[in-house]
Formats: sequence, structure tokens, C-alpha cells
Amino acid sequence: MTTAFQKVYTKITQITKATCTLNAQGVGNDELAIVDGRLAQVVKIWGNDITLQVFSGTEGIPTNAEVTFLGKAPTLRVGDDLCGRFFNAFGDPIDGGPAVDGEEREIGGPSVNPVRRKQPSELIATGIAGIDLNNTLVSGQKIPFFADPDQPYNQVMANVALRAQTDRIILGGMGLTNDDYLYFKNLFDNAGVLDRIVSFVNTTEAPPVERLLVPDMALTAAEYFAVDKNEKVLVLLTDMTLYADALSIVSNRMDQIPSKDSMPGSLYSDLAKIYEKAVQFPAGGSITIIAVTTLSGGDITHAIPDNTGYITEGQLFLRKDAEIGKVIVDPFRSLSRLKQLVIGKKTRKDHPQVMNAAIRLYADAANARTKMENGFDLTDYDRRTLDFAKDYSNSLLAIDVNISTDQMLDTAWDLFRKYFNKAELGIKQEIVEEFGKFSE
Amino acid sequence: MNKTQGKVHSIISNLVLVRTEGPVSQNEICFIQLGNERLMAEVIKVVGDIAYVQVFESTRGLKPGSLVEFENHMLEVTLGPGLLSKNFDGLQNDLDKMTGVFLKRGEYTNPLEEDKKWSFTPLAKVGDKVTGADWLGNVKENWLDHKIMVPFKLKGEYTVASIVAAGEYTIKDTIAVLKDEAGKEIPVTMIQKWPVKVAIRNYVDKPRPSRQMETGVRVIDTMNPILEGGTGFIPGPFGTGKTVLQHALSRFADADIIIMAACGERANEVVEIFTEFPELEDPRSGRKLYERTTIIANTSNMPVAAREASVYTAMTIGEYYRSMGMKVLLLADSTSRWAQALREMSNRMEELPGQDAFPMDLSAIISNFYARAGMVYLNNGKTGSVTFIGTVSPAGGNLKEPVTESTKKVARCFYALSQARADAKRYPAIDTLESYSKYLEYPEFIEFAKKNISDTWIADVNEARNMLVRGRETAEQIDILGDDGVPLEYHVVYWKSELIDFVILQQDAFDNIDGSTAMERQKYMLNMVLGVVRSEFNFDTFEEINPYFKRIINGFKQMNYSEYQSEAFKKYEAEVNEIINERKNN
Repeated sequence: MTTAFQKVYTKITQITKATCTLNAQGVGNDELAIVDGRLAQVVKIWGNDITLQVFSGTEGIPTNAEVTFLGKAPTLRVGDDLCGRFFNAFGDPIDGGPAVDGEEREIGGPSVNPVRRKQPSELIATGIAGIDLNNTLVSGQKIPFFADPDQPYNQVMANVALRAQTDRIILGGMGLTNDDYLYFKNLFDNAGVLDRIVSFVNTTEAPPVERLLVPDMALTAAEYFAVDKNEKVLVLLTDMTLYADALSIVSNRMDQIPSKDSMPGSLYSDLAKIYEKAVQFPAGGSITIIAVTTLSGGDITHAIPDNTGYITEGQLFLRKDAEIGKVIVDPFRSLSRLKQLVIGKKTRKDHPQVMNAAIRLYADAANARTKMENGFDLTDYDRRTLDFAKDYSNSLLAIDVNISTDQMLDTAWDLFRKYFNKAELGIKQEIVEEFGKFSE
Repeated sequence: MNKTQGKVHSIISNLVLVRTEGPVSQNEICFIQLGNERLMAEVIKVVGDIAYVQVFESTRGLKPGSLVEFENHMLEVTLGPGLLSKNFDGLQNDLDKMTGVFLKRGEYTNPLEEDKKWSFTPLAKVGDKVTGADWLGNVKENWLDHKIMVPFKLKGEYTVASIVAAGEYTIKDTIAVLKDEAGKEIPVTMIQKWPVKVAIRNYVDKPRPSRQMETGVRVIDTMNPILEGGTGFIPGPFGTGKTVLQHALSRFADADIIIMAACGERANEVVEIFTEFPELEDPRSGRKLYERTTIIANTSNMPVAAREASVYTAMTIGEYYRSMGMKVLLLADSTSRWAQALREMSNRMEELPGQDAFPMDLSAIISNFYARAGMVYLNNGKTGSVTFIGTVSPAGGNLKEPVTESTKKVARCFYALSQARADAKRYPAIDTLESYSKYLEYPEFIEFAKKNISDTWIADVNEARNMLVRGRETAEQIDILGDDGVPLEYHVVYWKSELIDFVILQQDAFDNIDGSTAMERQKYMLNMVLGVVRSEFNFDTFEEINPYFKRIINGFKQMNYSEYQSEAFKKYEAEVNEIINERKNN
């Protein structure tokens, strides 16, 4: 990678766990360097003191290590050859295949001009009613799963990816266990869709700071397919909590003042730069991002899920429903902000009102359950809501549901008729008449 | 004047240290040469001959030694006809004039059109004595009267030496010549520049607000009104409907001009405005909403320093239109992102941090900003106003964090969004009892309400509020003692408060009719609901109460979905009255 004219520095003045500093001239901000054979990036220039972040850690780097600067920011070679391949955080193949030959592009490129974006309007159906009915996904959207580490978020996400009608899937794996990496690999292989998929994977075996490159690598590849090829691209990022942890490690090593939960003060901007790559392009291509943010004990007030929630267009919560013994998409805490753009427009007219009525009745059931747990008598209405809730959970909220949106709506009406009268639904009268099929 | 030059010394992300070769001033704008690109930056600190500048762009590839040129002025906006229907970034670049799908670093575009002709009518005549912000002429901007004013920077008295006749002129043409006391001539065009961080103070007086600003949102207009020139803020955890509420305000509020600052928020939300506003009709003028709207879009992925500038740019444009006697509504979403931008810079400069690592002077910065809103008496006795409503995104939904607390000290209206209401899909999720409008206590507003709404309005509103308080208390009692452990009356009180909640407080922002409610209709509905609240009903068991009130609520909701005083409306009204009479105790 080095050329004959490159100057080699051999005097490092300071080394920390993640960075090293040396005296050099003519170095640009964000530029890449090789330190003792390891990839590093300029993160601070203080006069002639250049601080480098060494991605794989500084273990064993001597003060007289050879340092050369590459004169460019991190890049990825893009092309159709990316498909079906697995890469590490630097964009180098890890599947034993040859290096990809293609145009070299800087990663972490500029933002889309907001006036050149198109309003997302294409529904992405997944067959999961907890998503399609209550939290409909739209192309160009960015939405994370908020899940505790013991929940099957990677499985649900993989299912969503395989069922969704998209041209291309880009997997950005950060801190994936080797088992999960192989899970994705086998699943994609067995589904026969490997040629649609590009993967950038940083496993737990690799140094954590390397992860910082994964989202930008994945999104640069995504932009290639969405802009150059006008394709509908789905980007999966798991797990963004581990990405944020890596950010905090670096900021800590650079003596920055931490803000909430020892995260860097720039966490919001750092995450936004990634998630805002989700876009619907006017020419038809789109980038949709589905991410995973693992929580600690369901705490969404922690800085990582909190900032994520403010950036993303909703969130999907997984919860184990003890009553039916299945994992459901929690209707209270989940939200898709863009659903308004498609429900009742791309789906049946009764969709918005049916969705809201069902959730409201489910909330009434939660109140009834509290009453029951406190030992109070239940009214007839309370009992009906409880029965409804169980049915609703089983036939619609559970993640093993796989039906069309119309079937979901019909199922909901069936449940409404079974347990309630018209007045209890609070749905616009004309809608009830058209779709409710209540017998007079 | 010669421009001071300098050279880049150090780079830490978007904070750049410049060794200067002459005088520089705080907040001065400079340009850093990077290849063929010029990166705009602002001085935020000076130590000896080193100027700390925050760069409004990515600094990728920037090297020490790069040339820097200082501009002798602070960050300014250009004010003149053509600001409306525009999409600007935080630095007032016209986003529509930029080429390409992606933003290019160092691309700056003209906010106005230099060759467009405007139809100008003079208002002043030769010999008139004028001062800064006096009206010289009128230009039709869309359908609005855009006043061409004496530049705000001019202090003291001037005489109009000449003014052009009515006709078509560009913004660059001299439309008047003013003479100062020494006889020096000052040519005036339709445009002027103003530094965004300085308030425009060319007015006579800034009284306390008194007139209501209708928003069409019942929980605001009826329960917690905002006034023309008032200030309010909407804090709420994510997912509680801040943005939907702001969009509803921008569509239905009774303002001449709407300025929306999308400050560090999602790009798709701005796209929604871009897409929908050109289609949506202004319910009051019948024209398109876009024609009275200016958008400042600095989305979360755009450079952080420009995010900080964006709220000031928006406020300055608001003050400019206020000086023309307009009612301006300024919405900023979200002020927390602005505060975070301040925090990022403060952090890079290694300042001693305050609470949650925010800069120590955060509170002062926020109160200074809110103080720029208000209703004013102009030089000619007319009034103009800037009403400001900002959203706050409290970290973790905790209202005890610095941005919320600092804002609470200065904003007069507080619209608390509650997670519990959002979870129950009770939108808008404003918790009426946690929220307040200090204006309800203003004698000026009490007088206004008496004259313009009804004699008993304030008392009615307080009665509804009390019912909600009692409803909340009895709900707790019922939870503790059980349905059959409390007197029947408790259930009735609870359901009366639910009635107010469902009919008045909840509103379907996405419904064509329910989305916005005129004051007249709000009064009608509140009266009718209070009629139920004041009635006594006969029940034998508590089990009869819930279904009975559900029927009443359902009837009222159908009314809310029907055109006011239409046949459907009257039909549902009759149905509701029938249900009421079934059990009403005469």
C-alpha cells in the first residue's frame, strides 16, 4: 500500500490503549495511517502532534514503530462483486474469496440534501402483524429493535430481512458472537439468497474499536446499490449498543469529558450520521435501516437507546408474553413513525382505526389485569377485554404470525365482533358499517 | 478594510485553531481554504493570536498551514422579499439551488433571487423623516404585504431624499436614498443584512401579550392557551408526539407567517413538510400553506455548528417579518439538539462543564433566546409579534435535566407530553394537569377572553380542569378500593372526567375535520360537555355507568368527526342529547 515517496516516521511520543501520538507534517484530518502494520486514523491534529486512533489496539506497539500516512480517508471498493461476500470492518474479505475490484469510495460520505429526498411511501410487508398491522415499515425508514440481550432479536431481524421485498440486503455486524455470525451465514445460505446479501462483520474476537468502521462500510455499499443501481436496499445493523460502547472507549482514551452514562457528548450526532443515511431517493432507490439496540434490563432511559429513539423513526419492542408463552411485538412501546404514510393509503381504509381500537382495548385489558392482581372484582367488560387480549396476543402480536395485512385486519374485526359491541370500539361509524360485519 | 489572514494550526474534529496575523473579533466569520473548497467557520474563542473557530462543515482532509481569511462581520442573514416558500439550511443557504443529490462541502447559495422583479409601491415620500425599521414601501410577496424598511442598522433620524415610483424592481435596485443629519446620502435597496445573534430592537415598546393565538388544537386553545407574542415549550420523551403536534400547529395556527426550524431532527420529517405543505390549504386564507412558510432545515446529519446557527437564523427572519406588523409563529424542533451542539463545542474546547456536561452558561443562552419573542408596538403604532414554541427532548424523558429546567424558567406555557397518554394512544398526549399556561392568570388575557370568547370562559375552563383533577383523584381511589368499594358517585365523577378527556382533550391530528377546531366550535363543545358534567344521573349499579358514558362519548366523537353544524353533526348531537335524557335527573 505504500509508495516510494512516502515518508516513514519512527518516533512515537505517546501511546495509550487506543491511540498513539507522533510528530509529523502535512497530515490531513481523518487521514489513514499504518502504524506498525496496523491501520490507524488521524483523530486530532495539535500543531505538529498527530494523534492516531489505532483500530486494532496498541498492544505491543513500540515507540520506534514505523508510521506511514496514506493520504486518504477510509475507503471501500464498490461493485457488483460485493454480493454474496463477507468482509471485515476494513472491507477485506473474510470468506476466503478474492479482493473485490471496483471503484474506490470514501466511506462516511456527505449527507443527502433534504430537498432532494423523496417522502417514503412504499410499504415493506413482513407478515408479522405486530409490525405490519401496528407498526408498519416504510422504505427509507430507520428503525431499531429495542431488546434485552436474551431476546431473539437477530432471528426476528433475519426473518424480516428475508421476507421483505427488497433488492439487496447489507448486514453490518458489530460485536457479533461467532455463533451469531454463523447463524446469519447459514440462514442466508440455506434460503438461497446469498447473492442478494453483502456482509460486513466485526465479531467479538476482533478488537472493539474496529467496529466503528462497520456502519460506514455497510452504508457506503448500500449507497452504491441505491444510488448507482436504483435498488431498494435494506441495511441491518446489529448491535448498535456495542458500536456506541466503542465510541465511548475512544472518547475516554482521548480524555474527553463524558456526558450522560459516560457516553461522549457527541453521541447524538454520531448516531444520527449513521441512521440518517436511510433515505428514499427520487430515482427510485432507497436505503432502509433496521438496527438492533440491546438494552440493559429494559432501561430505555440509558443514553444509547434514548438518543437512538430521538433519531430513528420509531422502535420495535420485543417482549415475552407469559400468558401465551410466546414472544410478541409490544404494542404499547413499539412505534413506527412513518406508518401514517402508508396505512389506510397503501393498505385498507379501516387500517388506522382498527389498529388504534385494538391497542386501546388491549390497554383496557392491562388495567383489568392490574385490578385482578389486586384482588378486585372484575366487571363483565373487564373480563371481555382480558379474553380479547389473550386472543389478540396469540393471533396477531406473536412474532410467529405470517399473514397478509388484509387478513390481519379481518382477524381484528373477528375479535371485535366476538368480544365487543360497536359503541365500545369508538370507531368511525362509516368504517364499522363498511368493514365491521356486525349483525344488527 | 483589509481582511485579516491566518493559518490553520490545529484540528480537533470541527474545532479548528487558527494562528492569526491581525485583529479578529468574537463570532467573526472566516473561510478556510481546503483545495478548491472554502469552508465557512465562526470564531468562538480567542487566546493570544490563536482564534478557535467552529467549522460549519466536515474538516476531513484539512491540513495545518491551510490559509484562513476573516470576513470582518458576524454570521449574517440576508433579509428581503423572497424569503417565503424557501427551504434554507441553518446558514440560510437555499437548499433548492444546490446541485446534486448529496450536499457538497463548501457550496454556499444565495438565499434570494437577484434578477427577480418585485412590484414595489412606495409608502414614504420625499422629505419624510424616518428611522431604522420605518416602512418605505410595499412589495407583494406571494399574497402577503412585504414591507421594505429603513435598514435596521441605521440609528438616528434620516430624511427621505428620493424614492422610486411604483414599478418593478429587483432586490439590487436602489429604491430610495436617505440623508443623515450631516447630509450624507445612503442608498437603500430591498435587502439588508443582519447578524443573527443580535436581536432586532427597532420597536417602540414590548408590552405583555394579551391576544390569544388560535392553534386549532383544543387542549392548547381551551385548556392552556398561548398568546400572540407568547412563548411555550413542549418537552416529551420520544414517541409521545412532539413532532405531530408541531406540524398540527404549523398548519392550523392563526399566524401570518410560519417559520419552522428543524434543528437537528430527522430529515424525513422535513421532507414531510416539503411534500405536504405545497398541497395543503391554509384554512384561513384559502391559499397554499407553503406561501406563508419558511423552513430552516438543519437535520441531525448536517454539520453540528450550523445546527446551532439555525435557530438564530429562524428567529432573525421572524423578527424581520414582525417589523412589518405580521403575526409570526416560530417553531423550533428541537431546542435540545441546539443545546447539544453547544455541548459538543464546549467539550472540544475543554471548558469546565456544568451539569450533564452542558456549558455553564446554557441557562443564560436559552433565556436570551426566548426573550427575543414577543409582541411589539412598531414605530408607526401598529403591532407585530413573534410567538415562539420550542420542543425539548429531555434525555431519558427526565424533566429534571438542564435544558428542560432552563427552558421552564423562561417559557410561559408548558405543554407536558406524557408517556402514559401516548402508550394509551390518547393523542395529543399533552397531560393537561401537568401543563400550564401562565397566560390564564394574565389580567390582559382574562379581559380578552371576556370580550372575545364569553363572559364565563375562564370560569368554564377552570371548571373543566377541576373535573379532570377530581377524575384523577377518584380513579386512584377506585384503583385502591375496587369498583364496588367506592360510592357510585365516584364512578360518575371518573367518567365525567373521561368524557372531557375523550371529547375535548383527545383530537385526531390526521382527520380532516377533527384535526383543527375553530374557537367558536371549541366553545360550543366545551359548553355541551360541561352540560353533561353539571347534570346528575340515575344509576343503580356501577356496572351501568361505564357503558352509558361510553355511548355518550361515542356520540360526541362522531360529532367531532363531522363538519360543524352540518346535518350529520346535528344528528349526532340529537343522539347524544337523547342518551343524556335517558338517565338525567331532572
